[in-house]
Amino acid sequence: MTPVATPFFFYMLSGLMIIGGLLVITRKNAVHSALALILTLLAQAGLYLMLYAPFVAGVQIILYAGGIMVLFLFVIMLVNLERMQKEKQFNKQWLVGLVAALSLGAMFVAVYVRGRALFPERAVSLPEAQNTQSIGLMLYGNYMFAFEIASLLLLVAIIGAVVMAKKRI
Amino acid sequence: MLNYITSYLDKNVQVTPGQAGNIFWALVYILCVFGGVSLVVVCMNWLERKILAHMQVRIGPMRVGPHGLLQPIADALKLILKEDIIPEGADTVVFWFAPLIILLAVFSVYCVIPFGPTHAITDMNIGLLFMLGVSSLGVLGIVMAGWASNSHYPLIGALRSSAQMVSYEIAMGLAVVSAVLMTSLNAQGTGTLSMIGIVQAQQSQHIWFAFKFFPLGLIAFVVFAIAMVAETNRAPFDLPEAESELTAGFHTEYSGLRWSLFMLGEYAGMIAVSSIATTLWLGGWMRPFPNLLRGAAWDMAFSLFPALTFFGLAGLTFYGAARMAKTSFFRVQAMGLAGFGAVLGVIGLILLLPPVRTGIQDIYWFVAKIAVFLYLFIWYRATFPRYRFDQLMKVGWKVLLPVGLGVLILTAAAGVVTG
Repeated sequence: MTPVATPFFFYMLSGLMIIGGLLVITRKNAVHSALALILTLLAQAGLYLMLYAPFVAGVQIILYAGGIMVLFLFVIMLVNLERMQKEKQFNKQWLVGLVAALSLGAMFVAVYVRGRALFPERAVSLPEAQNTQSIGLMLYGNYMFAFEIASLLLLVAIIGAVVMAKKRI
Repeated sequence: MLNYITSYLDKNVQVTPGQAGNIFWALVYILCVFGGVSLVVVCMNWLERKILAHMQVRIGPMRVGPHGLLQPIADALKLILKEDIIPEGADTVVFWFAPLIILLAVFSVYCVIPFGPTHAITDMNIGLLFMLGVSSLGVLGIVMAGWASNSHYPLIGALRSSAQMVSYEIAMGLAVVSAVLMTSLNAQGTGTLSMIGIVQAQQSQHIWFAFKFFPLGLIAFVVFAIAMVAETNRAPFDLPEAESELTAGFHTEYSGLRWSLFMLGEYAGMIAVSSIATTLWLGGWMRPFPNLLRGAAWDMAFSLFPALTFFGLAGLTFYGAARMAKTSFFRVQAMGLAGFGAVLGVIGLILLLPPVRTGIQDIYWFVAKIAVFLYLFIWYRATFPRYRFDQLMKVGWKVLLPVGLGVLILTAAAGVVTG
């Protein structure tokens, strides 16, 4: 089907992401920050959907919002919140922050100015119905080696976590 | 406007309203599904109490209406009228949002549940992934509820619940992947995650995936069936709500309407996971033996089942009315029960009409398969004692996970050998 009200959804999702991102760094309570981060990640999944990448959107929800953030919340809930709230929220390294913000802003401006050359003239029509299948074929066909290396890395990380968590093996 | 509405009813439109992009019919379907699920939840409330009672040789609710039939309505009224308390130390915003998130997560899942080849709100390329992802957001609501209550029992309940759900999600995912692998046994060699596509794959392979590569499909199905009970926090895995230890677990501090939202979420979640199991392993909307017993005569015979079900229910109701005590106090109740039986009979008669009969087929078989699961959920609760937490983790990580992995590998091997 053809997309409906694309600008509306884009601005809504982007707005949600920006609000969520601001809440993450301004809330004093760490649990509220984590919840705001989940809002941001969900809105991002919506943006992936708008980019005709349903598989990435689904994985974003399962992995980030459903898996990682729940574990995150799990840990934060057990931390002593009252002590945490009294600690300083920001460290005042405004010089480094300014440089980072300026360079990021410059990059945005550069992309905006030269964007026409970087991006294709009009939206490519992707076969949305075949998205998952083509990702699967790519991962297990063309990029098999990289995929396997990534899984090996994850395995090493899992073993490392077990070794560190367990006192006696 | 009228054209827009009728354009979907065209015989050539063979897709779900979501795919056809017809907003009107999508809304109608959403309302139907939402209303239907809420109605089933209300019925489940009565059925669960009644079935549990009979299994424990009690009679269960008997006072409100004949055989306690109006009990769920009375319960709902009580819950709505009850005072809604927010504890003083609670984190109000999070406390307020938690039940809403659970409901949102559970009801979003119904977007992709296929009640028939065209009877779904929509069909997505990532249908199954969407379902697993969105239903995994439900744990977020539980964690929020437990934390925001600012009380010990809810917090412990929420921790137990999230640990349990995260653990069993893995076994569940492995079982699901082995079913998805089976969909790829076709000419192109690519499978599908779309819920309708999965049922169609079973249709074209002429077998329910529960019986594919016997016993591999069956084992995957059993792993899923165990994991889904744990996912919905039902007995024997109801540690988050263990009454004897944690009062009511994560929703101890909730009352009134907000508490009833948790209950609605729990029962709607049970229906949702049952429908995933039905779609993946039990052939979704297909009637039993579509290949073995094919032909117009068998089609006709199977299409009578919906009406027969309702006639059977009506007969049982009339039998109950006839058995009522013959005193003046029970006369009103007997009349009410007979009236209810008459309504069931009329529904059965409507289901006999040829156009309704053929149209309702898919939905009937899908719902019938879900009903079996829902009965099993109640049965488990009456039969099994609750697990201890370490036993629960042992079952999840040391039994279901390795079994799921083994089945996945063997399924892939069997697919390569036969395909």
